[in-house]
Amino acid sequence: MNRKPDRPLSDDELHALVDGQGPLDDLAALQMRLADDPDAQARLAQWQRQRDALQRLHAQVLSEAVPANLLQAAQAGNAVRTSSNHWWRYGGMAAGVVMAFGAGWLANANWQKVGGREATAPSMASAQPEREFVRQAVLAHAVYAPEIRHPVEVSAQEQKHLVQWLSKRLDKPLKVPDLTAQGFDLVGGRLLPGEAGARAQFMFQDATGQRVTLYLGTMESVAAGVSGKETRFRFESQAAIPSFYWVDQGFGYALAGQLPRASLMQLAQEIYRQL
Amino acid sequence: MVAQIPSLRRYARALTGDVWAADDLVQDTLERACSKWRLWLVGTNLRAWLFSVMHNLFVNQMRQSAGGGQAAMLDIDDLADDLSAPASNPDQALDLQRCLLRLPPEQREVLLLVSMEDMSYAEIAKVTGVPMGTVMSRLSRARARFQSLLDAPARVLADPPIDHAAPTRAVTTLHRLK
Repeated sequence: MNRKPDRPLSDDELHALVDGQGPLDDLAALQMRLADDPDAQARLAQWQRQRDALQRLHAQVLSEAVPANLLQAAQAGNAVRTSSNHWWRYGGMAAGVVMAFGAGWLANANWQKVGGREATAPSMASAQPEREFVRQAVLAHAVYAPEIRHPVEVSAQEQKHLVQWLSKRLDKPLKVPDLTAQGFDLVGGRLLPGEAGARAQFMFQDATGQRVTLYLGTMESVAAGVSGKETRFRFESQAAIPSFYWVDQGFGYALAGQLPRASLMQLAQEIYRQL
Repeated sequence: MVAQIPSLRRYARALTGDVWAADDLVQDTLERACSKWRLWLVGTNLRAWLFSVMHNLFVNQMRQSAGGGQAAMLDIDDLADDLSAPASNPDQALDLQRCLLRLPPEQREVLLLVSMEDMSYAEIAKVTGVPMGTVMSRLSRARARFQSLLDAPARVLADPPIDHAAPTRAVTTLHRLK
């Protein structure tokens, strides 16, 4: 069968083949054109060999124990915190470090043991309150969001009373965010126990019945002097319930719900904007 | 972040060709990452961000050190000791590392990020702060040059490396060791 040979492959196309980058359809098409291009075939083989060799290079380093000085460097933020009581002066960096590294790193490893003491780095102790907060937010979501008859204690129909009641119990004037622009209506709220004081849960629902809960309360690990500017969003996904949490002026907030991360983040940002 | 340390160490080792310089670079990277913590946007790729911090530090190092290249050459001995692990044929790994060091740093980076770290071209563009077109052309040059270095090992030892200020004396010493 006489077929007009395809044009030779460009460098960029060869790279894509060697590295397996790009849509599979494109790669398959490139493979077909490769059959007509012996020069490209030779180069591909060479580059593939290079790549394989580099994949193996220094592989033993990956299984070496991490040197202590590097571990310390990774936890430098915590050192700053424990060495001085006024950690908030460092722009909340230490707490931010703890939240990201503690929560991010340890969340993958030992989430189940969050109640007990874990024999790892000191960062564990300081990450504890944040992780515990999120854990409880997620638990509260898992317990109450599926409820059909009693999802909340006080419904949205008594919103004013709801807000007054929870503000009194949490000892902080609360504001319920308005998420109707995002398609979420308030279902209501409830009071929940917490370490440093009572906590509140607000539940929202969209037209499809999808629910998100906003869990909030005082964070006992945070000193009263924290500036309101120190806020970071942190994404967690525990027990398949994604959540975003942040700390603002000594208060923790966790938004949980079975939503795509981007949607959840949008809601979280909107809430943060309003509160 | 601690989970990223082993692959950072390995990449740094291939990038600098020197056990100690590599770990120094990793340490600087981690410390910098901690202090620049707020520049990392939650939800973006932590790994890519750490590599971009390392990239910036590495670029600064290259710019500052005139004698940096020399250190890399003189530590070939250290490298030989380090490769007593059976992970791969020691001679091969030594050659591979030597050839890597003879690539210009920006080509070395891209080659390693693609091959060793399996990073996407788009991510590499972000990490190294250049357009994707630049990444691809560096990759082409890197692979072509790397291949010619691998194909001619005798010539590698004879010629002085491109980006190092190593005197001929050091190169002759290498001959004798081999």
